[in-house]
Amino acid sequence: MIKIKDAFDNKKAFIAFITAGDPDLETTEKLIYELVDKGVDLIEIGIPFSDPIAEGTVIQEADIRALASGTTTDKIFDLVGKIRPNVSIPLVFMTYCNVIFGYGTEKFTARCEEIGINGLIVPDVPFEEKEELRPFCQKHGLELISLVAPTSDDRIAKIAKNAEGFLYVVSSLGVTGVRSEIKTDIGEIVKSAKAVSDIPCAVGFGISTPEQAEKMCAQADGIIIGSAIVRIIAKYGRDSVAPVGEYVKSIAEVCHQ
Amino acid sequence: MSKGRFGIHGGQYIPETLMNAVSDLEKAYEYYKNDEQFNRELTALYNEYAGRPSLLYYAEKMTKDLGGAKIYLKREDLNHTGSHKVNNALGQALLAKKMGKTRLIAETGAGQHGVATATVAALMGMECEIFMGKTDTERQALNVYRMELLGAKVHPVTSGTMTLKDAVNETFREWVSRIDDTHYVLGSVMGPHPFPTIVRDFQAVISREIKAQILEKEGRLPDAVIACVGGGSNAIGAFYHFIEDKDVRLIGCEAAGRGVDTPENAATMANGRLGIFHGMKSYFCQDEFGQIAPVYSISAGLDYPGIGPEHANLKDIGRAEYVPVTDEEAVNAFEYLSRTEGIIPAIESSHAVAHALKMAPTLPKDKIVVINISGRGDKDVAAIARYRGVDLHD
Repeated sequence: MIKIKDAFDNKKAFIAFITAGDPDLETTEKLIYELVDKGVDLIEIGIPFSDPIAEGTVIQEADIRALASGTTTDKIFDLVGKIRPNVSIPLVFMTYCNVIFGYGTEKFTARCEEIGINGLIVPDVPFEEKEELRPFCQKHGLELISLVAPTSDDRIAKIAKNAEGFLYVVSSLGVTGVRSEIKTDIGEIVKSAKAVSDIPCAVGFGISTPEQAEKMCAQADGIIIGSAIVRIIAKYGRDSVAPVGEYVKSIAEVCHQ
Repeated sequence: MSKGRFGIHGGQYIPETLMNAVSDLEKAYEYYKNDEQFNRELTALYNEYAGRPSLLYYAEKMTKDLGGAKIYLKREDLNHTGSHKVNNALGQALLAKKMGKTRLIAETGAGQHGVATATVAALMGMECEIFMGKTDTERQALNVYRMELLGAKVHPVTSGTMTLKDAVNETFREWVSRIDDTHYVLGSVMGPHPFPTIVRDFQAVISREIKAQILEKEGRLPDAVIACVGGGSNAIGAFYHFIEDKDVRLIGCEAAGRGVDTPENAATMANGRLGIFHGMKSYFCQDEFGQIAPVYSISAGLDYPGIGPEHANLKDIGRAEYVPVTDEEAVNAFEYLSRTEGIIPAIESSHAVAHALKMAPTLPKDKIVVINISGRGDKDVAAIARYRGVDLHD
């Protein structure tokens, strides 16, 4: 059985994010296969939300494109269920709390289990509100990924101690998006987490170049890239599979060297 | 269950990056709310700067015309900046200043909260940036210019429906990007804990005054208090000190736009269902997949797909009633109060007036109804003229 921790086995994990249904679900299907083929270790599939408050403009616009193309949670479940037998890496959903709650948390998590989703990343559910989702995730074998931020300070220990799957280390203040420079002391955050837990730590927000990927891999167990991939999809639309593959390959090489 | 709950509603559903900021805010508020010096300063600002207490005015002509219950108007429109929003803006800015913050950011719908925040920032020598949906900057252009006059920078928000909800999204995004020196002056009784409590406490001055004023004028409590609700800050302010007085009916009037059964409305209590958004569990207009619904009202201040968690709980426990009021009814009430009492109410407040127009005639003459006139209507004159097909040239 595939587990989230497989992504971190004997290598730095390269985690890639795409928004399901951007620009349509047929392209999403091809993109998932391409990501796997080019060396991605875990895919974060974004379920689009009307009001993604933690996202910068790149992913906000992807959500709008996806919703405009008629993407719904049910159609995403169907797609993932269809491709899951052909995909051997862990898959998680990234979405906002109301997408889960509005669907019905029990029904949502049961469907995730059915189609072979391994975990959930929900940026508007902090540590204090985890109980909203955790009992349902536990029942259905989903790991609920926790996030820590540059402002987490004394919160890092309690979050890391209770973390499942991997710890999502938010590299910078602000929303998702490509950044020219990451100023946060990632090593320090990872050290605080590792002091209390052996949870793998993956860094996300702002990473786009192979140089940044290499630097972050040196300080953590893996990296997460979203906006840089979504930007290519925005540019090439249905023809984005090849350019995304090419880009992803360049990052995977750095992570797995 | 986490902190800041009203029944099942409320909570703190926000990104991790903000958690220490809201917990610092909570600690500061817990300290300063009982601090004598803080309260002395705030009262001085209320009384000497904002012009409090606001009048409780007996609307004699309206009462006679409707022929039923005695009608009083709580004149929040007479506050400095023209609405109840200044009560909260003063309180939060003073708190932010005590916390060492130097920059205020805020969302605004109609522009009243933006104007109040910009005003207070000017007074206290703080930087100020306001986020306002592009649609709203167009329908409330005068308020945009007022904010700029007051030294604030106004950012038109072009994401989503380009109204209040999107302005809130964008202000959260800005706050996540810059926390150290910045306080988010949330304008309504919504968002993550402790905002619904802080904003309610600063607005509760409204019901505290109504209670004292009505006891002095009538020697008894009113039979009903009526207020408009978007996020719900003027309403909770007008209701709060009456919640324990079970014989006082509390009535919130929400925006039904072109009709509660049409796709174009913002009637959260009538059409929404339980959800989790903008930091809180409460009722939201949404589709079957939890996507937040685009809402509509003629009033930019009520054009919001959710409602504050304390209101959601007051509805659940049956302590307050919430009724839908259409654009057409609100515009009629806007014109009615202007002609009858010489008071031009905000189009938001006109929703409350509209319900009183329906309700007062059905009540006996010994009943007393208080309507919270949350703001003045100067800002809406151009929009109402447009609604009536009158072409105004500035």
